[in-house]
Amino acid sequence: MEQNKKQEVHTHKIGIYLWIWGLLFVFSFFSYMVDYMEFQGLLRWSLIVFFMLTKAGLIMAIFMHLYWERWAIVNVLLWPMTLIGVFIAIMVSESYYTFFTRLFYFVAGS
Amino acid sequence: MSQFDITKLPQGPKGFVHDLGSDQRVFKGVPWGKAMMWIFLLSDTFIFSCFLISLMTARASTVVPWPNASEVFGLTVFGTSVPLLLIAIMTFVLITSSGTMAIAVKFGYEKRRKLCAWFLLATAIGGLTFVGMQAFEWSKLIFHDGVRPWANPFGAPQFGSFFFMVTGFHGTHVSIGVIFLFIFARKTFRGDFDTGRKGYFTSMKSDYEAIEILGLYWHFVDLVWVFIFAFFYLW
Repeated sequence: MEQNKKQEVHTHKIGIYLWIWGLLFVFSFFSYMVDYMEFQGLLRWSLIVFFMLTKAGLIMAIFMHLYWERWAIVNVLLWPMTLIGVFIAIMVSESYYTFFTRLFYFVAGS
Repeated sequence: MSQFDITKLPQGPKGFVHDLGSDQRVFKGVPWGKAMMWIFLLSDTFIFSCFLISLMTARASTVVPWPNASEVFGLTVFGTSVPLLLIAIMTFVLITSSGTMAIAVKFGYEKRRKLCAWFLLATAIGGLTFVGMQAFEWSKLIFHDGVRPWANPFGAPQFGSFFFMVTGFHGTHVSIGVIFLFIFARKTFRGDFDTGRKGYFTSMKSDYEAIEILGLYWHFVDLVWVFIFAFFYLW
């Protein structure tokens, strides 16, 4: 009996996996094209991040079934991951400071 | 196991409050193995974030030019050099193995044993192909270009140490995944999840949930590669 209940919860049509698989191929191709077409600067970075987050979202939501999980586990996973953004922001400002001191003491001072 | 019907519990934000305030197990409808795998993957996320964030810090703070990954990882095919060709192929191979894994999980829950096992085997072979191409890439960089963790001919010396650390750690994850995929393909072919045969190491009965848990790990490896591809190779 319990096995039957699990089946209803977990299986989806094979089409959805093939679709996501195809989409991941397309987005990977596009992100490769960003390099192939030699886009530079803000355009390059925003395209890379956009394709990266889209692919990550598709994998987590569909392949890892997070879209069908209950909010309790989804929130426990996604909020700590979001906090990594704070860490990135701190380290960006830290690395600019390091860069500045290196320019100041190594390059200007030598 | 569970005495309640999970589909009758409140969903969405209300379900979140209900589950946390239920004074019982929080992750309802999630087997303990799956919850543990998710928590492991969360901690692994932090490890990989630390690697990639320190890569960002090193790259943003160096006064020496950073090597152009597009040229370093380019391949010459029929006389024309194609940037990042091997890396692009590796990406497609890993995504394909992720797709076959998702389908294997689906067939597992539907108890179509043979199909599930074949897709697990396909996933394992995809992973093995990926590791093989990575070995080729490493040997090219080490023996042909002379990249070392402390120096390389292309630019900032940190490039080598980050390359070996980040792709090495990811490659280790892939290799461990491949080993488990082969083991689970064998177990599935043998019908362990139908007969309730006990595992060699765990001495516990297992069921097709185990394949979803392995699948979570495998998709995570693919997920990490998405970020490495973006931040190490493309940025």
